[in-house]
Amino acid sequence: MDINILVGGAAGQGMDTVMNLIGKTLARDGFKLIYSKDYMSRVRGGHNFSQLRISAKTPWSAAAGTDILVALNEETYTLHQDRLSSPGRVIYDPDQFSLPENETRGVPVALKELAVEAGGKVMSNTVAVGALLLLLGLKTEPVEKLLGEMFAGKEKVITGNIAALKAGYDAASSFCRSCFTMPDRGEGEKLFIDGNQVLGMSALASGCRFLSAYPMTPSTGIMNYLAAKSTDYPLVVEQAEDEIAAINMALGASYAGARALTVTSGGGFSLMVEGLSLAGMIETPLVIIVGMRPGPATGLPTRTEQGDLDFVLHAGHGEFPRAILSATSHEDAFYRINKAFELADRFQTPVVFLSDQNFADTHRTVDPFDFSRLDFNRYLLQEGNLESPYMRYRITDDGVSPRALPGQFAGETVLVDSDEHDQLGNIVEGAEERLNMADKRMRKAAGLAAEMDEPDHYGDPHPEMLLLGWGSTYGVLRETVDALSGAGLKAALLHFSDIYPLPRKRLLSLLSETRISFCVENNATGQLAGLIRRETGHQIDRRINKYDGRPFTAAEIIKEVENHAGS
Amino acid sequence: MPAADAYLVNEPAWCPGCGNFAIREALAAALAELELAPHKVLICSGIGQAAKIPHYIKANGFNGLHGRALPPALGAKVANPELTVIVESGDGDTYGEGGNHFIHNIRRNPNLAHFVHNNQVYGLTKGQASPTSDPGMTTGVQVGGVHTPPLNPLGLALVMGAGFVARCFSGEKEHLKDTMKAAINFPGYALIDILQPCVSFNKINTHGWYKKRVYYPEIDDQENFNRALELAGQWGEKIPLGVFYNKPRPTFESAQPALTGEPLAFRSHDPRDFSGLQKEFF
Ligand SMILES: Cc1ncc(C[n+]2csc(CCOP(=O)(O)OP(=O)(O)O)c2C)c(N)n1
Ligand code: SF4
Ligand SMILES: [Mg+2]
Repeated sequence: MDINILVGGAAGQGMDTVMNLIGKTLARDGFKLIYSKDYMSRVRGGHNFSQLRISAKTPWSAAAGTDILVALNEETYTLHQDRLSSPGRVIYDPDQFSLPENETRGVPVALKELAVEAGGKVMSNTVAVGALLLLLGLKTEPVEKLLGEMFAGKEKVITGNIAALKAGYDAASSFCRSCFTMPDRGEGEKLFIDGNQVLGMSALASGCRFLSAYPMTPSTGIMNYLAAKSTDYPLVVEQAEDEIAAINMALGASYAGARALTVTSGGGFSLMVEGLSLAGMIETPLVIIVGMRPGPATGLPTRTEQGDLDFVLHAGHGEFPRAILSATSHEDAFYRINKAFELADRFQTPVVFLSDQNFADTHRTVDPFDFSRLDFNRYLLQEGNLESPYMRYRITDDGVSPRALPGQFAGETVLVDSDEHDQLGNIVEGAEERLNMADKRMRKAAGLAAEMDEPDHYGDPHPEMLLLGWGSTYGVLRETVDALSGAGLKAALLHFSDIYPLPRKRLLSLLSETRISFCVENNATGQLAGLIRRETGHQIDRRINKYDGRPFTAAEIIKEVENHAGS
Repeated sequence: MPAADAYLVNEPAWCPGCGNFAIREALAAALAELELAPHKVLICSGIGQAAKIPHYIKANGFNGLHGRALPPALGAKVANPELTVIVESGDGDTYGEGGNHFIHNIRRNPNLAHFVHNNQVYGLTKGQASPTSDPGMTTGVQVGGVHTPPLNPLGLALVMGAGFVARCFSGEKEHLKDTMKAAINFPGYALIDILQPCVSFNKINTHGWYKKRVYYPEIDDQENFNRALELAGQWGEKIPLGVFYNKPRPTFESAQPALTGEPLAFRSHDPRDFSGLQKEFF
């Protein structure tokens, strides 16, 4: 059986502390988890909650129900009590509010009072963790060890938190000792990591040397991750004055030889669009991570959507090749970002990675990454192949001109130009020169297309019912397929990581044999379905769309599938 | 010493008589006198007449977007601080479209030499007002005459904390060349606002108009901020030329731990050395 924990309160009450302590401890023990957040765009007040699901099988999405509710305020109880399972429990502070008389599931723990006794009000979340441990039938020692590591060198903080932890544990003990059974755990220690951290870690390991960005949810976490590393690693992180500066700085760094990254969300990407076109024109490698949130304009800043695929597909004036990637999972994202850097360097063109809030802010437990699977090739001109004078835009069969860096070869200079240019990089206006250069650039699109991975096919090898998706919906769609298959249906999922140039082999073969296809997207208009239509002429039979800013649940998709399939 | 002519490439597409020619020649002479090899110099520019300069000087060049000459220059400095990076563009490009980058890169203080060809007009787009156009100037767009007061680039730079602030005139080539050399050698952000006649579109601020007004004031103390600000504010009957302010402060590069040692651009890398990054997530 799964166990689902929901911690809720006002912004600023520290739900994160509770989940990080529990999550990390369980991950060390090999348990499989997913921890997702539902946050409002405010720093104090409002209602925020996070959910932790523990499951014997890898959990892919947050559950609809809750077994343990940690209500840091009364509103949390009111809003979420209806999803609480009947053997469920509510941890709450009786000094803050009381539960209705007929509520039998309460576990009153004087969070604040016990925290103050242990060393300070700030430790009340640690008291809650203690109570949670007791309910789960777990010991306090592993969390004590973790607290010792987290606050190393701050003895008073450690002893205070341990006292708070034990106080919570003891206070709950008369209510519900081990009334939940933990699901089976997997083998070995697991990483407990969120999407943004995966992206940042992969970028750094892939040889990214410069990040310039302007803060914007949900991508700011990547800035935070990399900035923290910039003191110890060969990396510079600069907060730009705006996104226009961010992308142009990254291009300058890339031109001069540093693998460069910029990260943003839709609004910031809007400001980067002219720079994207510049990257295409000057043929300078660049990786851009766009963390999607619902628009238009400021939209729902802290929530999720897949509404910007059409935008990144078409952004930028003029015509130039580009690649658009996304990822099915945290594991996939780790290797996919590496691929983004490799493609950008190899084809000297911009590569956009589409993330979203649902992926960026969700922690999952994953097996350790294999860093030896990451590539690092610069695809630079080697001395032996240098022809003088060096021509940055030499016309070649595959459209890729040998790339040299400024300062790489004595006596040779490197000129890039946003105007149409000749092979040396000098401004030209002749019709023939224009055609030659435009064709050279566009020839790279074929090379990119050959590198696109086919979408992931999960479920029945010869499905009657095919679900299609891309990016962060992979997990919930897998669970949907599992449920449909469990009900005896021949169902499968075809899920895209590499989106553009659209890989079509597996798509066309599966579409030709299925009875009905559904494109499931976190947007209103069905942008992947539209892309498939434009690129292949195939009309996906049904679209399932959700655009309320929240991620799909499997139950919602199953209901829609049943509605459509029946009609 | 290499000959200045060795730095001149291609035929400029400027109007005969344009002040840009002298600026180009002064730059070539400055690079030659500093004995800077072309492959170790990078010129970043935006879009405009002035911004075509990377095509006319033998050096590495990044001819980017209108208004965006400074950001790629900063990025290039990060990738390879050993490059001598010069930023060169027009007044519209630098003070109008790129105003935000102008302000914030002065604050950052990267080691860049910034040469602004200030013709007080938009040349390439055929004569609209620029942020430095004098009030009253009529154009095809400012049909009733410019009625907004001009931006004072040197005053703004000083107030934002620029360490090297100078004004030159394309008609005073020797002085321009020497000032360019000083700016290139200055450790930090160095701005020269260069008065440049546009013979085609600026019929007010002509070569003769500038010639009559420019003079070299006494500047005993280049660290005297108030005196510098006073000189930056002089415009009209008399226009001072010279290095108004010259006082280094810590650079952008010096605050970046990753920028000591071999340039990031040329460092080797092996992803396997990075597997320790996972540790904190256990
Ligand atoms: C984003 C963008 N907006 C407008 C233009 C058109 N444009 C090109 S140059 C220029 C103004 C040039 O004036 P300035 O920077 O003073 O250079 P000058 O030609 O006078 O040397 C303009 C408006 C452009 N290229 N890009
Ligand atoms: S338009 Fe003016 S600035 Fe441009 S080249 Fe002609 S004279 Fe020079
Ligand atoms: Mg101008």
